[in-house]
Amino acid sequence: MSIIFYSLLALAVLALIFGAVLGFASIKYKVESDPLVDQIDALLPQTQCGQCGYPGCKPYAEAIANGDEINKCPPGGEATIKNLADLMGVEPKSLDEAHGEEDVKKVAYIREDECIGCTKCIQACPVDAILGASKLMHTVIVDECTGCDLCVDPCPVDCIDMVPAPSNNKYWKWDQVLIPTKTIN
Amino acid sequence: MQSDLTLLEQVKSGKIWGFPGGIHPPERKHLSNQTPIAQANLATHYYVPVKQHSGKEGEVLVKLGDKVLKGQPLTKPSTGLSLPVHAPTSGEVKEIKPHISAHASGAPELTLIIEADGKDDSVPAQPFNDWQAPETDALIEHIKSMGIAGLGGAAFPTYIKAHPAHDIELLIINAVECEPYITADDVLMRYHAEEIIEGVEILLHTTGAKLCLFAIEDNKPEAIEVIKKACEHKNNIDVRVVPTKYPSGGEKQLIQLLTSQQVPSKKLPIDLSIVMQNVGTAFAIKKAVIDGLPLTERVVTVTGESITNPQNLWTKLGTTVEDLVAQCGITAEKDQRLIMGGPMMGFNILDSQMPVVKATNCILAPSKYHVPPRGVEQACIRCGDCAAACPAELLPQQLLWYSKSQEHEKLEEYDLFDCIECGACAYVCPSQIPLVQYYRNSKAEIRQAEEDKAKAEKARIRFEQRQARLEREKQARLKRHQEAAERRRQALNQDDSAKDKIAAALARAKAKKQQQSEAPKETGKLEDTSTAVDNSTDAAPNQAIDPKDKVAAAIARAKAKKEQKAKQALENSKSEQAPYAESKSSPTHEAQEQATDEKTPEQIKKERVAAAIAKAKAKKAKESSNENEQAAADKSTMTEESITDKQDVDASESQALKTPEQIKKEKVAAAIAKAKAKKQQAKHNADTLTEQGNE
Repeated sequence: MSIIFYSLLALAVLALIFGAVLGFASIKYKVESDPLVDQIDALLPQTQCGQCGYPGCKPYAEAIANGDEINKCPPGGEATIKNLADLMGVEPKSLDEAHGEEDVKKVAYIREDECIGCTKCIQACPVDAILGASKLMHTVIVDECTGCDLCVDPCPVDCIDMVPAPSNNKYWKWDQVLIPTKTIN
Repeated sequence: MQSDLTLLEQVKSGKIWGFPGGIHPPERKHLSNQTPIAQANLATHYYVPVKQHSGKEGEVLVKLGDKVLKGQPLTKPSTGLSLPVHAPTSGEVKEIKPHISAHASGAPELTLIIEADGKDDSVPAQPFNDWQAPETDALIEHIKSMGIAGLGGAAFPTYIKAHPAHDIELLIINAVECEPYITADDVLMRYHAEEIIEGVEILLHTTGAKLCLFAIEDNKPEAIEVIKKACEHKNNIDVRVVPTKYPSGGEKQLIQLLTSQQVPSKKLPIDLSIVMQNVGTAFAIKKAVIDGLPLTERVVTVTGESITNPQNLWTKLGTTVEDLVAQCGITAEKDQRLIMGGPMMGFNILDSQMPVVKATNCILAPSKYHVPPRGVEQACIRCGDCAAACPAELLPQQLLWYSKSQEHEKLEEYDLFDCIECGACAYVCPSQIPLVQYYRNSKAEIRQAEEDKAKAEKARIRFEQRQARLEREKQARLKRHQEAAERRRQALNQDDSAKDKIAAALARAKAKKQQQSEAPKETGKLEDTSTAVDNSTDAAPNQAIDPKDKVAAAIARAKAKKEQKAKQALENSKSEQAPYAESKSSPTHEAQEQATDEKTPEQIKKERVAAAIAKAKAKKAKESSNENEQAAADKSTMTEESITDKQDVDASESQALKTPEQIKKEKVAAAIAKAKAKKQQAKHNADTLTEQGNE
């Protein structure tokens, strides 16, 4: 009888100790945010375009972490889907057409003659890439523009175009021909 | 790890090691090295790109229409890796605009277009006489201001390599020129050996190297001979003749050939205390330092089977390919290709207006027979020839697979970035796979991906900061609104005039209502009320005051306040206004007014409702009392209550500074009391009437 009593006592004491240790660890070593969300967020293109149906890349990353589909990001395209599939350990899927198609990287361009200075595009830009003030001409900081398209709709005079991002020689791919070839005689 | 001493000892033994791989393509150098260096004709227009070196472009110093002289700097180096460019001849700056660049892409770059005036006048030479002084900073600055860049092909600014932060043991002069067809360095050595050795001595001085190795491939016997003769009495310059093999002119390959050391992956020769300079650069340094001439021309080989007179030309930088080729003559075959650089590493010239820049060493117009165009790509048969040919000991097949499937991580794992793009693998490939193209694309993709990632990170930070800013602004707005509301409330509490206005408005509204409600009964009951006033006890005065009087008083007060406010402008201290208000208001109102002071609009409203109800009750009671006498007993009890209530009313008058709720209750009670008193009075009157009647 006493054996049972002591063994139960020992177990109870152990359980208390481990419980206390685990409880302490869960408070002391608490991870502030979900690291998976940050990892997913790091793979997303950060255009903040909202084409996935979420208000930005971070919310979509959270949604993916909670089991949403990984093929809703047109700016990231197949490469992002592949990376996400690797990270999440699922099969890569083709891009969900409902959210848009993969396109060349574009940047916004404001036709400055037509701009009336309404600041609506400035408010729409998720990365503060548009410069300007009320009743003054606005312009896009090309280096900061993510090509998210969000400034196009609010423009009351439709003076914003999405143009292919300028390429430079540094990252020129050798199979691209940028100028028409001229035959010399 | 070998010490530097052993490095020098090893090197001094004169041994030539080797490097793995390599190929032996037909050299075809005899086409262009048979004649001395000719002078290119003076063209009408020169297209001088602002950026002709690796690094950053300088600031443009000239304006449209400026007259420039030969050797005049056109740009000023900006911060970082930057070099100036100089006018190649005298003339006028006609245009400053993007023009086809001397790059495989031909992507337009900012170019100064100079119209030559034909005189070719130059600015005075600025020789640096005291170059042997121990302090080399001024000399380095001079080399920089003369715009000297590596003339071997990469056009890396020479002043950086001429004055390395690292201690240098060994200087290697690269005169290997392993690429087929090109003979620019060969003829330069043949005709300017002495000057080259002078340049080498300047480089030895600036770098502090103990030994210079002058490496020449053994297919240039004439050059070897003159160079050996030129440095006969220089005991710190050794000529090394290396066997002909492509790509022994590659920086890392040549180091391996001469020192047996491999430059580690992602490291530079400088980490081995070695610096390498092209022979043309040494000559340009001599010209800049001793003759005082900036880099405005270089030797360019114009060669190929289709060129009528293949030769080497002193070509001013900015000369178009068209002008050069026209001078040498061309018999173009069908689909004639023009290549800038050699057949192995050069690129197709997309537009004949492409200018010659500091890095341009050859314009090649080969025949299809000798340099066949790229054939149709076949599947890789895994023969392994490419791996055998690779001088960097990479695995070209694996790199091809991963390039095709865009597995960037794998590519980096297989050291794609150690590929020197020499093209040996593609040259030996039986399936005619353009391997180097794949590698170049993959490199570009990886760099692009890295840049995109950096950009995405930047965008994320900007997005998050924007969100934070919006949140901050929202909070600030909210706080501002709250503060404004608080201020309004305080102002309401402090400012009597506002309260009085409200009180006045309330009083007006009350009066109106009362008037309306009293209108019907006024006809008959006015007398009764007046008698009641006389008969009533303590509560009577409070009640008896005509509402109209109250209204009048309140309005008067409000008006007075307004006037005062207008007078005192911003001054709204209570202490001044309160007595003023008191003096105007009758003592009976004082309590009420003070009570109103502490009331919120809701309370006032309630009070009004209570008053209205009371009035309505009174009216009903009057009517009922007039008609009905049966309720006499009940009412007498009520009268008793009303007496106690009346006392309460007195209390409310005296204890004005009670909490709003109490005051409210009191007010309600007072109102009820008033109503009851009225009723009682009415009843009393009726009673007396009936009594009188009975009597």
